[in-house]
Amino acid sequence: MSIAGSNAEPPLADAGDASANPIIRIDGLNKWFGSFHVLRDINLEVAPRERIVICGPSGSGKSTLIRCINRLEEHQEGSITVDGTELTHDLKNIDAIRREVGMVFQQFNLFPHLTVLENCMLAPVWVRKMPRKEAEEIAMTFLERVKIPDQAPKYPGQLSGGQQQRVAIARSLCMRPKIMLFDEPTSALDPEMIKEVLDVMVDLAGSGMTMLVVTHEMGFASQVADRVMIMDDGQILEQNTPDEFFNNPQSDRTKLFLSQILHH
Amino acid sequence: MSDERAFYRSQAEMLPPRPAPAATVGVVGWMRANLFSSYLNIALTLMSAGLLWVAVPPFLDWALFGADFSGATGADCTGDGACWAWLDQRIEQFLYGFYPAESYWRVNLAVILLVPALAYLLFDNLPYARYGRFFSVAYPVIAAVLLVGGFGLESVTTDKFGGFMLNLVAGLAGIVLSLPIGILLALGRRSRLPVVRILCVVFIEIFRGVPLITLLFVAIVILQLFLPPEVSLDQLIRVMIMITLFASAYMAEVIRGGLQAISQGQYEASQAMGLGYWQMMRLVVLPQALKISIPGIVNTFIGLFKDTTLVIIIGLFDILGQARLLQTNPEWIGEVDHETFLLAAVFFFVICFSMSRYSINLEKSLDTGRQ
Ligand SMILES: Nc1ncnc2c1ncn2[C@@H]1O[C@H](COP(=O)(O)OP(=O)(O)O)[C@@H](O)[C@H]1O
Ligand SMILES: [Mg+2]
Repeated sequence: MSIAGSNAEPPLADAGDASANPIIRIDGLNKWFGSFHVLRDINLEVAPRERIVICGPSGSGKSTLIRCINRLEEHQEGSITVDGTELTHDLKNIDAIRREVGMVFQQFNLFPHLTVLENCMLAPVWVRKMPRKEAEEIAMTFLERVKIPDQAPKYPGQLSGGQQQRVAIARSLCMRPKIMLFDEPTSALDPEMIKEVLDVMVDLAGSGMTMLVVTHEMGFASQVADRVMIMDDGQILEQNTPDEFFNNPQSDRTKLFLSQILHH
Repeated sequence: MSDERAFYRSQAEMLPPRPAPAATVGVVGWMRANLFSSYLNIALTLMSAGLLWVAVPPFLDWALFGADFSGATGADCTGDGACWAWLDQRIEQFLYGFYPAESYWRVNLAVILLVPALAYLLFDNLPYARYGRFFSVAYPVIAAVLLVGGFGLESVTTDKFGGFMLNLVAGLAGIVLSLPIGILLALGRRSRLPVVRILCVVFIEIFRGVPLITLLFVAIVILQLFLPPEVSLDQLIRVMIMITLFASAYMAEVIRGGLQAISQGQYEASQAMGLGYWQMMRLVVLPQALKISIPGIVNTFIGLFKDTTLVIIIGLFDILGQARLLQTNPEWIGEVDHETFLLAAVFFFVICFSMSRYSINLEKSLDTGRQ
């Protein structure tokens, strides 16, 4: 069973070949926070259905990079094109891109005043202008896919962290996005809850969703990623297939970083 | 140690739950926990009981048992207790001011209609909620027509308004308007557009930084200097506008406090799913911010309601004004000072206390668990 719904086709065999017709194209991206140069000349192409894991030390700009893709952060130089639409100051473009890009946060960011079901229905009803009944059906479908349909009438505050994060994933999927961004989705979870969230993400990856995942879960990376990249000082230091990346790291910094997180 | 093994022992059976010890439940348990839990608490309990013993019986003697209830003037109040004889002739003035007596029903009807209008606004899950909401929205217009006339109803000028009805009219109008204005000011104060932000800050700081009574004088005396003489804005409306704007400035700051408590993540999640600014505010941010702000909002409402007594400076006689009138009336002078104030206090207390209780219930019903 695939998470992305009935219209998802099996993953492409050539996933990872970004040159064909990238769904995300980032050219010469530079960003500053004040005078701090946080992203330095980033070039990245993501193919449809590609699954990319981004790792790297804290403060290296991973969150900032993926937050630029749905304009939670504004960049100053370079261009970002998502599904053929370039991110400019044009609000119409920003809205169009946000409709196609789902995001899952470290802190879940569920809406505490709404039930789980209402959390999932909010964007389809107000952004996609979907009839409530249809939105409810879709919400229940995705809550079943993340295996918590019985929590639908509860409020987020009554759920465990792992359940909340699964609701957050379902909530994003209800918008039927083409791309999913994950920013350290398991970092705020107690250890026993990490697996239930990773399982959902593995399932999602298997359905052919384009995914950019910032995580230090290297097991997840080697299991599902087409490409693993490491960021440091606002740059993409190295990128490769998971096999090569873990077994044959090129730079010293990558080796150091891997030794730190693997021996952790 | 003989217990050494117990440390390593694994438990054979899980323990079933037991009822709580009797001393912590029931009336005795409650008294023990709340009234006699410590020496300090015992001392405070006894002191309070003593105070009640000293204060309540004499008050009841004065207000009820030794009071005079009938008579035509203050001279008829001969007993030691309170003089309530005036109630019979004057209660209507205390309630309606100088509103024409044959039209009291219009005020009554407006008050009766207020009940469903408020109910549909405040409570979910009432029958016919859809039409009810329309009625709530239309109510201010209906009430205004009932009170001042028009559409075939004889017109009543606002200088006839008075008594507690005047407090209610001014208070409700202020409450209904100050909340939305306060919300807009609070959002404006956090706006990214400098012009909007500065305008809101200036407005808030001016209206908060000047005593209300000064604002009222401005509205009555100075405003007229700038307006062309043929323009005459109703005095009561001027006062209500000032009271409302004054309360809005406070409201804005209360709500700004609530807005600051909403985490950045809530905004980001809303934006990431494609909600626009107003959708995000209306569906995600404000429901949470307003919930947090309920105590401060109700506090502002209560303050606003009590500030309606300041209409006395434009020569209108609200319930407090009526009390003063009667106190200086030669027929009653010297006999009714405490009684009239007490009546006014009771009226205000009932309304303000109800608001306070409703807000506590509302907070409880909106509580969606830990987060
Ligand atoms: N809004 C901000 N304003 C200023 N500096 C920021 C802001 N957000 C992040 N930074 C800084 O940018 C750097 C990169 O942040 P981030 O992208 O969150 O790193 P990562 O996700 O890799 O840990 C950090 O040094 C952080 O302190
Ligand atoms: Mg981060």
